[in-house]
Amino acid sequence: MTIPASRKLWLGYAVAMLWLFALLWPLLGIKPEGLEFADSFALWSTLALASAILLAFWQLKQHGVFDFVSRPAEAVSTVFSKATGRVPSWIWLVLVLAGALVFPLLTERYAQDVAISVLVYICLGLGLNVVVGMAGLLDLGYIAFYGVGAYTYALLSVHFGLSFWLSLPIAGAFSACAGCIIGYPTLRMRGDYLAIVTLGFGEIVRIVLNNWMSLTNGPNGILGIKPPGAYWWSDGKIEHIWLGSLEQFYYVILALAVCTVVAVYRLNHSRIGRAFEAVREDQTAAELMGVNTLGIKLLAYSLGAIFGGLAGAFFAARMRFVSPESFTFIESAMVLAMVVLGGMGSIPGVILGALALIALPEVFRGFELYRMFVFGGVMAVMMIFRPKGLWPAKRMGTRSEERD
Amino acid sequence: MEVFLQQLVNGITLGGVYALVALGYTMVYGIIQLINFAHGEIFAAGGYMGVILISWMVAQGYPPFVCLGVALVLAMGYCALLAMAVEKLVYKPLRSSSRLSVLLSALGMSIFLQNGLMLTQGVYDRAYPGEMVQGGFEIGGAVVSYMQVVIVGITVVLLVGLNFLVFKTRIGKAMRATAQDKTMSALVGINSSRIISLTFAIGAALACAAGIMVGMYYGSVRYDMGFVLGVKAFSAAVLGGIGNITGAMLGGLLIGMIEVFAAGYISSEYKDVFAFIILIGVLYFMPTGIMGENVDDTRV
Repeated sequence: MTIPASRKLWLGYAVAMLWLFALLWPLLGIKPEGLEFADSFALWSTLALASAILLAFWQLKQHGVFDFVSRPAEAVSTVFSKATGRVPSWIWLVLVLAGALVFPLLTERYAQDVAISVLVYICLGLGLNVVVGMAGLLDLGYIAFYGVGAYTYALLSVHFGLSFWLSLPIAGAFSACAGCIIGYPTLRMRGDYLAIVTLGFGEIVRIVLNNWMSLTNGPNGILGIKPPGAYWWSDGKIEHIWLGSLEQFYYVILALAVCTVVAVYRLNHSRIGRAFEAVREDQTAAELMGVNTLGIKLLAYSLGAIFGGLAGAFFAARMRFVSPESFTFIESAMVLAMVVLGGMGSIPGVILGALALIALPEVFRGFELYRMFVFGGVMAVMMIFRPKGLWPAKRMGTRSEERD
Repeated sequence: MEVFLQQLVNGITLGGVYALVALGYTMVYGIIQLINFAHGEIFAAGGYMGVILISWMVAQGYPPFVCLGVALVLAMGYCALLAMAVEKLVYKPLRSSSRLSVLLSALGMSIFLQNGLMLTQGVYDRAYPGEMVQGGFEIGGAVVSYMQVVIVGITVVLLVGLNFLVFKTRIGKAMRATAQDKTMSALVGINSSRIISLTFAIGAALACAAGIMVGMYYGSVRYDMGFVLGVKAFSAAVLGGIGNITGAMLGGLLIGMIEVFAAGYISSEYKDVFAFIILIGVLYFMPTGIMGENVDDTRV
């Protein structure tokens, strides 16, 4: 990098920092009691210093100052990735699955609780991944299906005493119906209109849950939902037991998550999965090739909804209580952030995203408040620097622009 | 009849505010085809800047109208700077990316700004200083508060000013040209990047004024108030025909009226639902809105 280029960079940096101060100071510095500088200056100088250091490092890296570190590191990482690449992928899968199976035996209640919510969000993220990642339809009201699933099981359990396992397919079916009802009028729209309309539908579902007192008991929610039951061998005869403990919940949701992963994986490699991809890449071309685009979009929508509904039914059983509070827009945004951070269309990416968004904030408890702030910023910046996510999806076949 | 008149007055007040926010959506959509999700947050930031500046100036002992006027101007400038920063940092590097990535980064920016407001200003409602504008008068049984008169007055001034800017000045001409064809307008010497920044700034200034007025009208602001209002204002922009300035004004007024009348005559619990239903209905049956999407002359 030449001197003028570097001067331009630092000039831009100075302007940006002045701008930042102009934006930051009024929020923190103007109080009814008077004007105050200390707080905002302290925060601003920390930010300015941190970004200056990062910028300096980046510039040095451009100059090749760190080559003596990066060259050997690169060599090591190539050797490492070659070595890991030789291990067949099923070994990794078995290792991860074994780790997940023994997890409750090694950990405390708290870690199990976190693991359960990570798994619930993995199911949700994979469901949304079908809609956003595979079919390329931006859905901002996805949590509505989670809500429909949760309320379906809650109502069936409280009013009719139906068991969890019987309710699970019903909750999935109800969510799929909701997906079709929402999807049919909206899917003819252009992509960005679809986003705002699904957002509206998500809000409508929440407002209806909040106000339909006779059915949903409004903001007070529904209490007394039964946990899943099972038949188990004890004292020489088969007995019915409730799977009410935390470990049992963990295994139920683990099974559900594994089923979801397998289903989404199979879907991705099927004819339908390829039709999804075709619709995402170029709708007109897909239609010319004989893909029924409206039908395929509707299918993507309702399949995604089913996974959301199943996760919702589990959520109701786990909490034994549902209320509209759990199905706000910010939850939809969380699930979407997982899919986007992890990598749209990529199953390991979504799992990684769920871990990052649910488990990391638990590790750094002190930063709980900053969670959505940081993820919002990361989501915005990620689109510039790494639009395909942390673990980008592998694409099937070669594409014309990659071949040569 | 009295109820009807009262609702009409309230509907005009609210509709004007929606129109101001809808203009920001429609102008940005017209020029770069992006739903600027962060726009609702700019509106909320405007409301907060209003509360911050007005309570400071009231504490200094300035008369209410001076406080309101100065706060309005300063806060509008602030929001314009904020929106330009967002545009430069996030949207500009993505100008050639896919629409999904721009939309996602707009959404991320919206979450970022909303939580930034929460972190700096707290999760609770911030109350506007009372007794800014008191009293009112009565027409045919409907009570019109002076606050509503002030709000409608400011709205009308801003809308007329915007119309003048867009249709009578050189800058407005450049904006309309850029919205029609970016390459062509760049060829005739319009700096399209600057025009896009300017569009964001103008939209943000209008949203900021709306934020202050909503804060004064309801008496308080909240960090997440931009979300629902943003969706309603976007519905207004779509109803009027996206990209169409006159349409956005009309759409805002209509959405405000419909919301107030529906809340009064049908159900107040479901008042937020009506805007969404209208949005869906319009997109399904009449996707170009009432004023049409591509009326070239009025498109920005």
